[in-house]
Amino acid sequence: MTSAVDPNLSVAAAVSARPDAAPAPTKIKVENLNFYYGQNHALKNINFEIPEKRVTAMIGPSGCGKSTLLRVFNRMFDLYPGQRAEGSVLFDGVNIVGKELDPTIIRTRIGMVFQKPTPFPMSIYDNIAFGVRLHESLSKSKMDERVESCLRKAAIWEETKDRLHTSALGMSGGQQQRLCIARTIAVQPEVILLDEPTSALDPISTSKIEDLIDELKQDFTIIIVTHNMQQAARCADYTAFFYLGELVEVAPSDVIFTNPKQIKTRDYITGRFG
Amino acid sequence: MHDHIVSAFDIELKEVGRKVVEMGGQAERLVIDSVSALIRRDTALAQRVILLDATVDQIHREIEEKSILVIAKRQPVASDLRELVAAIRIASDLERIGDLAKNVGKRVLAIEGEYHPQKLVRGVEHMSELVLEQLKMVLDAYAGKDPAKAIDVWRQDSGVDTMYTSLFRELLTYMMEDPRNISVCTHLLFCAKNIERIGDHATNIAETVFYMVEGQIISDERPKADASSETSVAFPGAAQG
Repeated sequence: MTSAVDPNLSVAAAVSARPDAAPAPTKIKVENLNFYYGQNHALKNINFEIPEKRVTAMIGPSGCGKSTLLRVFNRMFDLYPGQRAEGSVLFDGVNIVGKELDPTIIRTRIGMVFQKPTPFPMSIYDNIAFGVRLHESLSKSKMDERVESCLRKAAIWEETKDRLHTSALGMSGGQQQRLCIARTIAVQPEVILLDEPTSALDPISTSKIEDLIDELKQDFTIIIVTHNMQQAARCADYTAFFYLGELVEVAPSDVIFTNPKQIKTRDYITGRFG
Repeated sequence: MHDHIVSAFDIELKEVGRKVVEMGGQAERLVIDSVSALIRRDTALAQRVILLDATVDQIHREIEEKSILVIAKRQPVASDLRELVAAIRIASDLERIGDLAKNVGKRVLAIEGEYHPQKLVRGVEHMSELVLEQLKMVLDAYAGKDPAKAIDVWRQDSGVDTMYTSLFRELLTYMMEDPRNISVCTHLLFCAKNIERIGDHATNIAETVFYMVEGQIISDERPKADASSETSVAFPGAAQG
């Protein structure tokens, strides 16, 4: 401490020196996005860029719009009448909010994993193969390879290789969730959306999923919605804080969790909401 | 700032902060007493300083334990985390300040009964006034979470350094004039160095207070004027080599 303070050194500069905080190309660009549930204005003029092959966390209290934004990213809202989005979400430069794009194509490129594990009532093998068969016709050996590589990537191969043809419903919750991640990556998406993927899991399964997220960002752009702030701090390269439908602050996680710029962000992450 | 939703968290943070302020008061007291013992050649007071340093060490341990417990229990982030890290850092600076005051006390006992060059003792006293002022200000800056005041303290450290360098030169001159002064002057030199180090710790605390409040490191070059390590005084009549 007694040595001279480097005049060029600041916390922000030190943070941006981290390799994962280095600038990455933008994968998804949200521009002036507004979203309505009927009369309810749920997202208010959101502008936001999601970098490629990085983990971006969205945090905020219940009803702040973070899950809504996730649903916009894979056009889930199409399933419900009365819900509409205005503005644009550019996915590699293509607007995915517009009606002209087929949602099923978007959903193969942008996969989603939900809060509660949702394995199909079929074998572990078929859980993976099911989605693949819809889009590709692979030979038996190619399909076997695909299933194995997805289970390996989802860090669940060792636990499942001897029971591939037993029902997926017999697995533990943590295993089911990793199976769902394997199923999501089987159709080779570019982006994975995770909506509170560990909120129903025990700490060990949670650690396994978090470890997996670290692995998966080599190949995928990951967006995670979480209520667990420590999880955002641990896994995410960037964190965005939403409040009452507005994007309050987005910054590298290291900055958000040590020195947030907005008072609202600070009050939320430190547990002071008044 | 709003209170935490979990009110026990607020109570724990305040408790840590209160202990740091209390420790600051104790450390300040030790410095005042040690300097006063040196000036007045009060060996009883010096003994007391030596004994009381243990209480500063004790509260240092308490602050560390309490802070670690809060981190483990609450996983603090942002300003809360900085506050706890600051408490741990400031407590270790204050602990060092206590040790340095204790060392001055020991030296008061060591030079008991020897000739005291009043002028030099005054020099040490003057320097310690400046350092004590800094220590007081920085503890106020901590208690009031006042980064501007912390910066003021931080800028003043070079004044202490300059004073120490000139005292160093004077003490060397005294020693050369009469070798019988060497023992006392060496002890005084260490006392002066200790007090100068206390000033450095006050500056450390100022940096920590600034970081705690602003979340950033002070981005200027630290002002330094301690040239004693480059200072020499030629012996009168000696051949210059």
